[in-house]
Amino acid sequence: MTTDNNSLTPEKVPPIYPVKTKMQVTIIFFVVLGIYLLSMFWTQRQMAGGFSGAIGNMFTVIEKFFPPNTAVISAIWGPMVETIQMAIIATTIAAILTVPLAILAAENITTFRPLYILTRTFLNILRTIPDLVLAVIFVGLFGIGLFPGILALVIFSLGILAKLISETIESVDMNPLEAMRASGGNVFQVIWYALIPQVLPQFTSLVLYVFEINIRASVVLGLVGAGGIGLILNQQLGFYNYPNAMMIIILIFIVVIVIEYISTKIREALL
Amino acid sequence: MIEFKNVGLVYPNGTEGLKNINVTINDGEFVVIVGLSGAGKSTFIRSINRLVTPTSGSLLVDNQDILKYRSSNLRKLRTKTGMVFQSYNLVKRSNVLKNVLAGRLGHTGTLRSIFNAYKKEDIGLAYESLKRVNIEEKIYNRADELSGGQQQRVSIARVLTQQPKYILADEPVASLDPPTSHQVMTYLKKINKEDNITTIVNLHFIDMAMEYADRIIGMRAGEVVFDGPVSEVTESTFEEIYGRSIREDDLRGGADES
Ligand SMILES: Nc1ncnc2c1ncn2[C@@H]1O[C@H](COP(=O)(O)OP(=O)(O)OP(=O)(O)O)[C@@H](O)[C@H]1O
Ligand SMILES: [Mg+2]
Repeated sequence: MTTDNNSLTPEKVPPIYPVKTKMQVTIIFFVVLGIYLLSMFWTQRQMAGGFSGAIGNMFTVIEKFFPPNTAVISAIWGPMVETIQMAIIATTIAAILTVPLAILAAENITTFRPLYILTRTFLNILRTIPDLVLAVIFVGLFGIGLFPGILALVIFSLGILAKLISETIESVDMNPLEAMRASGGNVFQVIWYALIPQVLPQFTSLVLYVFEINIRASVVLGLVGAGGIGLILNQQLGFYNYPNAMMIIILIFIVVIVIEYISTKIREALL
Repeated sequence: MIEFKNVGLVYPNGTEGLKNINVTINDGEFVVIVGLSGAGKSTFIRSINRLVTPTSGSLLVDNQDILKYRSSNLRKLRTKTGMVFQSYNLVKRSNVLKNVLAGRLGHTGTLRSIFNAYKKEDIGLAYESLKRVNIEEKIYNRADELSGGQQQRVSIARVLTQQPKYILADEPVASLDPPTSHQVMTYLKKINKEDNITTIVNLHFIDMAMEYADRIIGMRAGEVVFDGPVSEVTESTFEEIYGRSIREDDLRGGADES
């Protein structure tokens, strides 16, 4: 059968991607590869002894950490709980503050464009500030302790949460909202009855996810003086008390794993 | 009474949705609007509860020009005009009762509704409405557990709970099979007669229009090209409205199955 319709001979088959796209992707690939190789070369040169030296160093340092000092568990348990509390309080405050911000940053709900753009921009700015920088600033302002840590975490999680939740809001089914409006509901009723039920599962899931991030972040923030277990870890490292530090690291590891496990299970059940 | 007086509507992109419409709909009528896709049926119906706003003329509902309405008046207008949609527009994750109670939103204060503190009468009314469309046994099912026909009945129950003076139905049966379509239309007609609620329905099936309407309004390209009682309507009327001969897919069929 050699009809005209069937004449898709091999040379005539169009490529899946246009030739131009292929070229661009290839060029980008080699440029990125080049940057990798170059940066590897430079870091090697700046490291005394290169990679092999670094690995040898690692073993001597690691040896000093063992065996971990199990006797400190009772002493570090308090700061560990503080760290968890810091994450819980910060996540809760952020989850509450997120609601109005996420609604204002959702294009389908906030039809008044200037307000939408203002909120979006505000959230974008929030997200560009790293949590560590926030912690350093707040520790400088309020002194060492939990409060600056909580503040830094609230702002940090607000940036992520409000952005992700506003995107969830933008993908909801608008039909029920229209029905509520058509039956005389005001803005609050429309949001409460037609919008909230649609985003509640994702909302809860995202809040738990951010809580997981916050547990880890609050440890790191402690390192710069924002209270909790991170602060203790930093002190022990400063005193070269490596067995104590190792015990702290193991405890953090276990707590993080347990919390992530529970949170993942809850999130699975939700969606 | 609903009176369109020289009503025109131009969408922001320049499309003329309605052109110089003059129509009066009396209380208690069951009006069916027919016309091809894009004729302006939805625009017509959605002007009445101001989901869209005509750009010229005046539109009187109970002798008041609703085109001048702002938020609180608008809420009152929408409270007395219930709406039924092609895609049911239920909150899928909420249960049937909560969906039906949403019909009371316009009558209920913000705080009361946010705390689910509906009046006893309202809940009773919601249950009565569900009974009227024979779906009361699904009261605690989630809306997305119901079939299309059942969802549309729930949405009719929602409108009933609203106790409106007018019901607007925009292609209420377009997503349903023939027997279910007839069932839904029968409920709408029954409510229209029993409660004397003025009902305006968009349909594009001419056999259904003929079966249920008291009066038919034909639209084409944003204009009303026919307006008269069903008794005056013949096949050639539809051919005029549609601007072409009648085809198989203009008919829903299945009238005797239900
Ligand atoms: N939001 C809008 N913006 C711009 N043009 C619109 C909008 N909504 C409708 N139109 C246009 O207005 C005209 C009438 O649309 P309308 O939805 O009222 O038609 P319809 O008779 O309901 O059609 P269908 O049977 O497809 O629902 C169409 O040309 C449509 O493209
Ligand atoms: Mg339509």
